[in-house]
Amino acid sequence: MNKKNELVRSIAVPVISVLAGLLLGAIIMLVFQYNPVEGYGAMIEGAFGRAYNVGEVVRLATPLILTGLGFSVAYTAGFFNIGLAGQALCGWIASIWLAMTFPDLPKALLVPLCIIAGTLAGALWAGIAGFFRAQFGTSEVIVTIMLNYTILYISNHIVRYVLTDNADATPKISPNASLRSDFLTQLSGGSRLNGGIFLALLMIVLVWVLMKRTTAGFELRSVGLNPLASEYAGMNAKKNIILAMVISGALAGMGGVVEGLGTFENLYVLSAAPEIGFDGLAVSLLGGGNPIGILLSSLLFGVLKIGGLKMPSVGVPKEIVEIVIASIIFFVGINYAIRYIMDKFAAKKMTGKGEA
Amino acid sequence: MVGTLAIIVSSALVYSAPLIFTALGGTFSERSGIVNVGLEGIMTIGAFSATVFNLFTVNIFGALTPWIAMLFGGVIGILFSLIHAVATVNLRADHIVSGTVINLMAPGLTVFLTKMIFDGHGQTDLIKARFGKTSFPILKDIPVLGEIFFKDTSAPAYVAVLVAILAYYVIFKTKFGLRLRSVGEHPQAADTLGINVYGMKYAGVMISGFLGGMGGAVAVQSISGQFSISTIAGQGFISMAAMIFGKWNPLTVMAAAIFFGLSQSLAVIGSQIDFLKNLPSVYLQAAPYVLTVLVLVLFIGKSQGPKANGQTYIKSK
Repeated sequence: MNKKNELVRSIAVPVISVLAGLLLGAIIMLVFQYNPVEGYGAMIEGAFGRAYNVGEVVRLATPLILTGLGFSVAYTAGFFNIGLAGQALCGWIASIWLAMTFPDLPKALLVPLCIIAGTLAGALWAGIAGFFRAQFGTSEVIVTIMLNYTILYISNHIVRYVLTDNADATPKISPNASLRSDFLTQLSGGSRLNGGIFLALLMIVLVWVLMKRTTAGFELRSVGLNPLASEYAGMNAKKNIILAMVISGALAGMGGVVEGLGTFENLYVLSAAPEIGFDGLAVSLLGGGNPIGILLSSLLFGVLKIGGLKMPSVGVPKEIVEIVIASIIFFVGINYAIRYIMDKFAAKKMTGKGEA
Repeated sequence: MVGTLAIIVSSALVYSAPLIFTALGGTFSERSGIVNVGLEGIMTIGAFSATVFNLFTVNIFGALTPWIAMLFGGVIGILFSLIHAVATVNLRADHIVSGTVINLMAPGLTVFLTKMIFDGHGQTDLIKARFGKTSFPILKDIPVLGEIFFKDTSAPAYVAVLVAILAYYVIFKTKFGLRLRSVGEHPQAADTLGINVYGMKYAGVMISGFLGGMGGAVAVQSISGQFSISTIAGQGFISMAAMIFGKWNPLTVMAAAIFFGLSQSLAVIGSQIDFLKNLPSVYLQAAPYVLTVLVLVLFIGKSQGPKANGQTYIKSK
């Protein structure tokens, strides 16, 4: 009974949060004299109107699934990996670099190689923070923030002076390295939907198995719940710290590979570390760290962000979407209050029934 | 030589000032036990509101406009930080989640409002009254030192230094500071002594909103001169790093912020300085971040924040 109740609630909280976030967005639109029905209508049309739009929604969700999973692995183990963006950028750079170095390798070889390279690069970049945390107790929050900026400048340098001759973007990679396929492109009316989605779905399964069905995952979860007790039980704290960060970074790196080989098919000069970092964090919070939750919230982000691009067609600035997303995460954050109100309602119903 | 030094010092101060304000703000918040990763968002709000205030009141306040706009940015920062305070203190939200909300909300909200106010443009107009360069009378005539430190320099930076000294005094030498720290270290004990734990936490967060908002206001009014999405791009996170780097002590936090300001400014003015001219810019750009990591690892190691930092205090009935 109690367990079932808890399940209902853990689903109800994100659903209520999403509705409350959309409601707040509607109120803001009303305050500024926009028609919320028109605004959200445009959003739905922008997200589902044609095959192309749906393709773009899934395309946008793909790297978020990966960075979201990455955040959740570290978070479960008690670490706040704020460096997903930098780790994703590492993966992006590594995959593009490899793709540009061996453009003529057969696709069946080049694509896996690029994915592996990007994954390793992300893992390595996060591993630095994990190693410092394990060895010297240095805060992973500050180290990963610093590493975000470091890789951002290194990346821009690589684009300008290593991969090109003073250009702001690398040329497109050869089709042999691309994650796009004619089948998916045609299916989705020419969108940038790519094979990365299969990689992301595979990772959802793998991360679930890892965290719930293996000893390593059990150790990571225990360390997150109670580091001292875990160590007392004979688990190696240092090993687990590094492992959590490396897995987290590897997943973020894969997210970057998807951006590089799938979405953009090149690397260009960036003004900030890739957005998929912070969005992945938000997706993971909304999904409650649960792989299926992360899948659903990534898709929701895709609908909001891609659909939001259509909102200016009825005059509503697309930034309203960011406000809605932030409010959704806010309501998830104050789930204590939502649960409290739900309990009050449930209690009222019970007493009401009793009297009847 | 003196000329080069003067350029380095004055531009370092320009870039340091926003970081000092904001990092001090973070210090107050975390001293009360509330982790504030939302500094970036608070700076964004402060920068936006100061810009709008500056644009609309410059005809009334004239040369004083940037200073009043700075205070205005601080006040709006307080209002915005209240979201964080309510969420973390009363509604038991995870501090990092709530701070992330602040960071997600601020850019969307400010650009939305910018579009509302400025006919759909993504950035504001250029402000007319900036902080500009200030020379301190008398002090500027001191040989050598005067030219380096007091001539054509950044006035907000000196205000920031004064605020840092004041913050040190408040946190370590006053009753308020003692209470603030005790709430951050051991809220249960503080509560039994009759200290208003929730009140102190609110105070800590609101001070961080005020100082963070002013930090954003200083940044926009002394560097870019107009607000856009890229006005505040990472300064809040750097301030957070300065706070940890400075170990939650206002004076060392200030020193850390100046260090970051110096390295940021070197990346900007590097091409004007002889001995840095031929260095690829990537080294100067990445140096502050790499150095921070190295210094943390080699000399500081485990940064111990306030003991109850990040924990939600639930008052028992």
